[in-house]
Amino acid sequence: MIKFLEQFGNYFLLLKKVFSKPEKPYVYYKQTMHEMVFLGLNSVGIITVISFFMGAVITLQTAYNTENPIYPTYLIGLGCRDSILLEFSSTIAALILAGKVGSSIASEIGTMRVTEQIDALEIMGVNSASYLILPKIIATLVFNPFLTLISISVGIVGGWIAGTTAGVITSEDYIYGIQYAFIPYYVTYAIIKTLFFAFIITTVSAYHGYKIEGGSLEVGQASTKAVVHSSIIILLFNVILTQLLLS
Amino acid sequence: MIRVIDLNKSFNDKPILSDISVSFEAGKTNLIIGRSGSGKTVLLKSIVGLHDIDSGEIWYDDLLFNKLDFKGKKEIRKEMGMLFQGSALFDSLTVEQNVRFPLDMFTEKSDEEKTDRVNFCLERVNIINSNKLLPSELSGGMKKRVAIARAISLNPKFLFCDEPNSGLDPITAILIDELIKELTEEYSMTTIVNTHDMNSVMKIGEKIIFLSDGVKCWEGSSKEILDSDNEILNDFVFANALAKQLRSSLKK
Repeated sequence: MIKFLEQFGNYFLLLKKVFSKPEKPYVYYKQTMHEMVFLGLNSVGIITVISFFMGAVITLQTAYNTENPIYPTYLIGLGCRDSILLEFSSTIAALILAGKVGSSIASEIGTMRVTEQIDALEIMGVNSASYLILPKIIATLVFNPFLTLISISVGIVGGWIAGTTAGVITSEDYIYGIQYAFIPYYVTYAIIKTLFFAFIITTVSAYHGYKIEGGSLEVGQASTKAVVHSSIIILLFNVILTQLLLS
Repeated sequence: MIRVIDLNKSFNDKPILSDISVSFEAGKTNLIIGRSGSGKTVLLKSIVGLHDIDSGEIWYDDLLFNKLDFKGKKEIRKEMGMLFQGSALFDSLTVEQNVRFPLDMFTEKSDEEKTDRVNFCLERVNIINSNKLLPSELSGGMKKRVAIARAISLNPKFLFCDEPNSGLDPITAILIDELIKELTEEYSMTTIVNTHDMNSVMKIGEKIIFLSDGVKCWEGSSKEILDSDNEILNDFVFANALAKQLRSSLKK
């Protein structure tokens, strides 16, 4: 318990250091653009592939679980849309990004720590925490909502292709279903969740990388911890945010 | 000038440095020597503020460094350059970007001026036509020289080198030593070098302190080191077989 509180305290102390005034805004801007490509743009591929298959599976499972003449088939499209909007494109995509982006952040910063690159920054008088972590936070906060929107769109398209190809729903019913009783707030809800999750992934992973003591073995351990802790905190916040935003 | 007074440092209640008092003179190459684990790196990192000390004072000219706040330390750090044991070049940046980094961060120079300065520093350390290479494409000696170029890019008053020769062949090691000594004289820097290489001690050591188990055991010049009657120091200085043979033949 004491160790947990100590880590909790250290995490907030690190955040305080991260959110201090940047030395040279232009250097930070360049770094943020670089991180947008590295952490954001480079994640479009994996998010697209996963979302496509996620949408496909949701449609097929919804179809097989609602094989009843009482239910109109357009409900398959509606179910697919709401599942993707409410849960899959924000939470599941965040869990996948925690694996990809989180481990990358932890190992990058961790390697910089064990090879004394962070010490080199400190010696120069650079606020290393801010220089290394703030651009990553800004990049993911800006880019991840776009990833969520891509995920939603691709997921719905995946569901449509799978549903019509498997013959469980017609194209007209699916399109009618995804438009039926649409609540635009669900998109806002997904984006709000994404912003929280992006912050969690970046800061928790950066914390584990930044606080490494040791060598390459510890870099691997920190990377694993970053993914595990980010995922647990994402799931915890998923419950809290759902209760706060949808109740 | 850097003065250290009664410095104590421990990790998890285990004392690493005990009552270290020493002054490092400006324009001279000051050496901290000792066996591995004697506390050299901890002392150097304490002096530059990478480790918080338990007690004692660290003075940079007339400023008590260890009592300064973050902003105060930051101002002094802009006058520091450091060469790390593993070079600590930024992996994702090219040679040119590494040397340019401090200039981007702390100067208002134009792009052209920065490029000129980068090229000057790289030429000064004999790195030519390698501006676009990444650190992973450089040899150990080249990495050290690029790290020196980065360290001097802002004309520092204080230069710190943590085992600059480790992992280098004897000839490259001598070149790095000579470069450090030349730059120290050229820029009138206060240079502190951590080493356990006796070649470096004899070649560039103007003032030397010897650490053993976290305690300062001896202080003097490279001329005095061979005549010392300090047994622990002699065990260290004449540790290799060649040195032992030379010493015994000289005695005879």
